[in-house]
Amino acid sequence: MAAMDSFVSTARLSRTGILAALSLTALPAHAQQIAEPGKLLLTNGVSTIEGASGGGLTPWAVIAGNGTRDGIGAQANVTVAELADYDFRSAGIAIGAWDRVEVSYARQIFDTNWVGGALGLGEDYKFDQDIWGLKVKLAGDVVYGPEWMPAIAAGVQYKKSLDAPIVRAVGAAHDEGVDYYVSATKLFLNWSLLGNVTLRATKANQTGLLGYGGDLRDSHSVQAEGSLAYQFSRKLVVGAEYRTKPDNLGIAREDDWWDAFAAYALNRHVTATVAYTDLGSIATIEGQRGVLFQLQGSF
Amino acid sequence: MFQSSMIALALLLAPQDQAAPPAHAMPGEEAVDPYTVDPANAGATPFAGDGMARAFGGQDGIRRIVDRFVALNFADDRIGEIFMNHDQVRLKRTIFEQFCYILNAGCTYTGRHMRSSHKDMGIQQGDMNRLVENLQAAMAAERVPFAAQNRFLSKLAPMRRDVVER
Repeated sequence: MAAMDSFVSTARLSRTGILAALSLTALPAHAQQIAEPGKLLLTNGVSTIEGASGGGLTPWAVIAGNGTRDGIGAQANVTVAELADYDFRSAGIAIGAWDRVEVSYARQIFDTNWVGGALGLGEDYKFDQDIWGLKVKLAGDVVYGPEWMPAIAAGVQYKKSLDAPIVRAVGAAHDEGVDYYVSATKLFLNWSLLGNVTLRATKANQTGLLGYGGDLRDSHSVQAEGSLAYQFSRKLVVGAEYRTKPDNLGIAREDDWWDAFAAYALNRHVTATVAYTDLGSIATIEGQRGVLFQLQGSF
Repeated sequence: MFQSSMIALALLLAPQDQAAPPAHAMPGEEAVDPYTVDPANAGATPFAGDGMARAFGGQDGIRRIVDRFVALNFADDRIGEIFMNHDQVRLKRTIFEQFCYILNAGCTYTGRHMRSSHKDMGIQQGDMNRLVENLQAAMAAERVPFAAQNRFLSKLAPMRRDVVER
């Protein structure tokens, strides 16, 4: 029943996201014309679980939506990950302007299922988080330009837990936090390989679902994230990502995350992503592996 | 964009002692302003070996790809108007030479430099992306493996600064 509720609320969220994206494209008719014909397929990336465009786990130096440097675009996504003991859902929207600036929002819902009961939070207790993101592409291009010059972007993510009393009880020092990151991304056409490196300064525990900072450390630490993907065709990219994470909470060890993904562009506007995801130990429960599925619409 | 029609106009008005077209021009080509012929105008160094030439089906395959690519661009409802006033005969020849030269399939390039040949055409990033998509369609129709398509595009991608305005 609670799972149903969360599904409905996720669906509702995603519907608002898609509606917002639709109304956005409907507004400036001339801007749309300028924006045509748009980016090359998949070069807006997919949506990360934190809302920014990139891989599934890590932001890339690409800008959301189909707009080129002469236009504005947007993308919206719904993401579901069924893990061994938990369920993760997120919905997000990102607006990209002039292939330069990206503003994003994501709502994450982390359903503890039976673990919530075991931890005394109540069965199916959900950790929720809002993430507002801003990303600016500073230099370079993911496809064009000198072969060894990647696109380079810098971003911030303001994260706010919606479960302040609980994350404090778990040992988090704050119920909000800010991540800072820089990403370098390049599609090396000579090898059909896309590479990304991201450095992130963060205090977030489990991306912030368990709050920010903790008893072991309450300062930003620099984490490394990387993606490597092979482009099989215009429409299909297969790759893997790795993301190191801080370990701030005494009561629950936090592991690095990785995934192996396939992203398929059904057409210019719809991209489907499937990933095998290993999130390691979360809130003392080990082995949180599972399948992530994402549907993204972009304009 | 008006350049070629201006040239055509100038030709009509010109006295009969107009310089003969260069030897490498195809019959039916319009004259262009003189320029220095240099394979370096192709904007990229050729691949080594014959692997890429074979992946593209040799000169015959490259010619079919270029013919289809140029035809797609002229017929394109998004970027067709950029090509509308251009000399299709010359364009097919020079693009064939450029591709054949870069793919190391036994040609030299006699066309103009990328910057001067795209000057003042007002080409936007989206136009170039569309052009790439048309090239991908033409290469796919000739069954060029996708990895080889990308390898070829890696030679063209750095040319953006000479093609796209700003």
